[in-house]
Amino acid sequence: MSELWAMDAYALHEQFASGAISAEAIVKAHLDRIQAWDSTIGAFLFVDAEGALRRAREEDAWTLDERRRRPLSGVPVALKDNIVTRHMPTTAGSKILGAFLSPYDATVVDKLMDAGAILIGKTNLDEFAMGSSTEHSAFHPTRNPWDATRVPGGSSGGSAAAVAARMVPVALGSDTGGSIRQPASYCGVVGMKPTYGRVSRYGLIAFASSLDQIGPMTRSLRDSRLVYGVIHGSDPHDSTSLTNVAEPIPSQEQRWRIGLPREFFGDGMDDGVRRVIDQALESLQGLGHELVEISLPHTDYAIAAYYLIAPAEASSNLSRYDGVRYGMRASGGDLLNMYETTRDEGFGDEVKRRVLLGTHALSAGYYDAYYLTAQKVRTRIREDFDQAFQTVDYIVTPTTPDTAFVLGARSDDPIKMYLGDIFTVTANLAGIPGLSMPAGLAAGLPVGLQWLAPPLFDAALLDAAETLERVLQPMPWPEEVKA
Amino acid sequence: MSRDYEVIVGLEVHVELKTATKLFCGCEAAFGADPNSHTCPVCLGMPGVLPVLNREAIHLAVRSALALNCEVRPFSKFDRKQYFYPDLPKAYQISQFDEPLAEYGWVTIRPASGEGRRIGIRRIHVEEDAGKLNHLGQRLGDATGSLVDLNRAGVPLIEIVSEPDLRSAEEARLYLTELRAILSYLDVSDLRMEEGSMRCDANVSLRPVGYEGALEDLSRVEIKNVNSIRNVQRGIEYEVERQAEMLLRGERIVKETRGFDDATGRTYSQRSKEEANDYRYFPEPDLPPLVLSAEWIESVRQALPALPDAIREALVSRGIPPKDAEVLVLDREAYQYWLQATERFEDDRLVTNWMLSDVARLINARGESYAKAAVGPDGLVELLELIGSGKISGRMAKEVLEAMFETGKRAEEVVKEKGMSQITDEGAIRSIVEEVLKQHPAVIQDYLSGKEKALAFLVGQVMKQTRGQAKPDLVNQLLKDVIHHDYNTAQ
Repeated sequence: MSELWAMDAYALHEQFASGAISAEAIVKAHLDRIQAWDSTIGAFLFVDAEGALRRAREEDAWTLDERRRRPLSGVPVALKDNIVTRHMPTTAGSKILGAFLSPYDATVVDKLMDAGAILIGKTNLDEFAMGSSTEHSAFHPTRNPWDATRVPGGSSGGSAAAVAARMVPVALGSDTGGSIRQPASYCGVVGMKPTYGRVSRYGLIAFASSLDQIGPMTRSLRDSRLVYGVIHGSDPHDSTSLTNVAEPIPSQEQRWRIGLPREFFGDGMDDGVRRVIDQALESLQGLGHELVEISLPHTDYAIAAYYLIAPAEASSNLSRYDGVRYGMRASGGDLLNMYETTRDEGFGDEVKRRVLLGTHALSAGYYDAYYLTAQKVRTRIREDFDQAFQTVDYIVTPTTPDTAFVLGARSDDPIKMYLGDIFTVTANLAGIPGLSMPAGLAAGLPVGLQWLAPPLFDAALLDAAETLERVLQPMPWPEEVKA
Repeated sequence: MSRDYEVIVGLEVHVELKTATKLFCGCEAAFGADPNSHTCPVCLGMPGVLPVLNREAIHLAVRSALALNCEVRPFSKFDRKQYFYPDLPKAYQISQFDEPLAEYGWVTIRPASGEGRRIGIRRIHVEEDAGKLNHLGQRLGDATGSLVDLNRAGVPLIEIVSEPDLRSAEEARLYLTELRAILSYLDVSDLRMEEGSMRCDANVSLRPVGYEGALEDLSRVEIKNVNSIRNVQRGIEYEVERQAEMLLRGERIVKETRGFDDATGRTYSQRSKEEANDYRYFPEPDLPPLVLSAEWIESVRQALPALPDAIREALVSRGIPPKDAEVLVLDREAYQYWLQATERFEDDRLVTNWMLSDVARLINARGESYAKAAVGPDGLVELLELIGSGKISGRMAKEVLEAMFETGKRAEEVVKEKGMSQITDEGAIRSIVEEVLKQHPAVIQDYLSGKEKALAFLVGQVMKQTRGQAKPDLVNQLLKDVIHHDYNTAQ
């Protein structure tokens, strides 16, 4: 039998539910793994060893029937630290929350617990999920398990790195413009952003409310399906969660028409990435699928629209961190002074940059030119996809134009950092589901392939990607964190 | 002061809706609990929380909008109004900006002189209330600290914005009185200005005669958060005077927000509007648009109760003098008292007279209300029935009513305990009359020589002998009979 920490969630749950292994052993194996490697990687902001072991022993007392009825029993899960938890601190990667302990659990936390998951810790992220490298965490950067001089991507870099380094089989991330898919791509794992409204946002610390979506990060597609199955569903606490929407029935054809958007395969793509993607496309053809060139003509405006809408919403969502009720409070001075000093000391530069940008975009006299225009672009982008999905079943693209970059390489150039989101932001703007799966290595670094599907085709998307997973070479082990 | 300007007033009225729970969470919305006891992660603005709209609040808001003759929009949306203040947990208020719940309504006011006049309602929108700050220390200026109470944060409000159609402080009073009456019949709010469940801001400007520009361009002064209808009127009166004097002196009126000082009756500058906030409104991404079907709106309209205009008409057609009808209609509790009483008692006028004189006096003196009066409509009817059957006189009834209020006992009981009963036995009264007349021959002469007052004295004497229980009409009649029969001819 292979090491427990090397198994995926599906296998761990099966072994636990059949009584072959104990939850305590599973948790201990993963805690050991964290102990051994997280000082190198820095994926976690908080590890609840005691809580996880206590929960594991409780689960060990369950009958086999009880274990089987809970699809994630015996499975350790990590949460991106912008998902609130009552029994672990929540920081959102920021100093401004201080020693904040949420008085309630996020809906996804309740769902995971009901499904038998064992929460093991909270993972690092760019502050308030704003960033693409996890360098903007107020605490420490996270490093890529494939090359510790490189970033894991972001903002869910802690979750991606923890899963890639086998410190946990499953982690949740959140994706506002690619924050699940891009780090999944950089770290060689599967990351899924469901259709907007599929997974409750209640308890996800809001970055951009109309774009945010929680999703699974795993090492196999079957694990993503397992976790997506647990966390999705309507929630009375989230008015934007979809109610009573059944999974649509996908085409029963064994051969799909797969769209390749011209705008995603142009210049600026790394050669190594192109080679890996081309091979994956050949594999898809080998499966009998038809590759069709399509156009998503408004893609060029997506980054501009995204970097107006997301900061605008963020500037509003982050206003509540004012030092009055919880979190950090700067002392001295009058009320205005307290507000200013608290927010000045509490927020990092990237957050400030976006709050300023968003505040400006919503200001009287600028609203129409910026926010409203961006919303119009958003409508066009959605229409582009509607039109494309009239003729193709799925769309496939590289997840990112490049592979993981070296720490600090883009720190001084936010625009360059923003442009890296070009392939992922459109799915958020359109509200459609997307996932990134590992397609191979370029110069020893993982390359992600992105799948996009029409709204609500979440389960179908997972199935489709899995057909490719079966024929691709399995990913080798990350260099930095060998057994 | 020459009157070469016209007064332009528009009112913004905030009304707290009487729902069991808050607008976006399950917390109790009731007033008066211990500070911060009606709070939860949602209304505290904790990280990660989301709003969920309270259906009942929308129901009450739509009821209000329809009763105020508004068009309810089938599609409206919520927006965030953003500003920092410690009583606003999210640092934005969820409100409605450019697509409000309802528009284009009106309220009819009836100035003492002249015809009824429609005052336009520009819009009604739904929003959440903020919390409250309690400043420590004597005055805000030297407060040593402030305590935040978020019980009120998230309580549902409607804001009713009038057109600038009001032309005097008196019209503003009439508008508010009528508005409050209409809302009271809908039972959508407590409407207590002193508790803040109804609040009013008044926009006041003066339009010089001959001015042809837009009203919006006049310098407007907003008087904020006045705590009674009377004070709104006083504030506007003061403000009109102040602005008129400034115009006379050739000064420019500054666009600003002013407070009202109850003690001095004056308004005072709070902040200049020139440096006003930019609220950076944008659509609330956490709430889908509010879509109301025409059928549902119609069903709410069908379920509206009788409203003041219809009630006025009904009262007058039942013979109630318009002035009395007005008093009844403006106090929903009084009207309901009246309805219950007249259901059991035939004489509408008599019920009205008793209510608006003695019952009203006692209720006021005792600090009660019609709904919680010690003597309810049933009690009053029982009393009126005793008068009707001749058991007690009207004069006795006043004493009985007082005792009923005092003791909570029923009319019959009071009468029995006090040993009251009107003497209607003619023989018994006649012998007392004869006795009294024997003792006052001089008074009889006065009466016969034309002094009407003399008779009243004699009636008084008889009533004294009977301890007030003789039926006054009968005493009167018998005195006249006996005098004319026994004394007139003896002359």
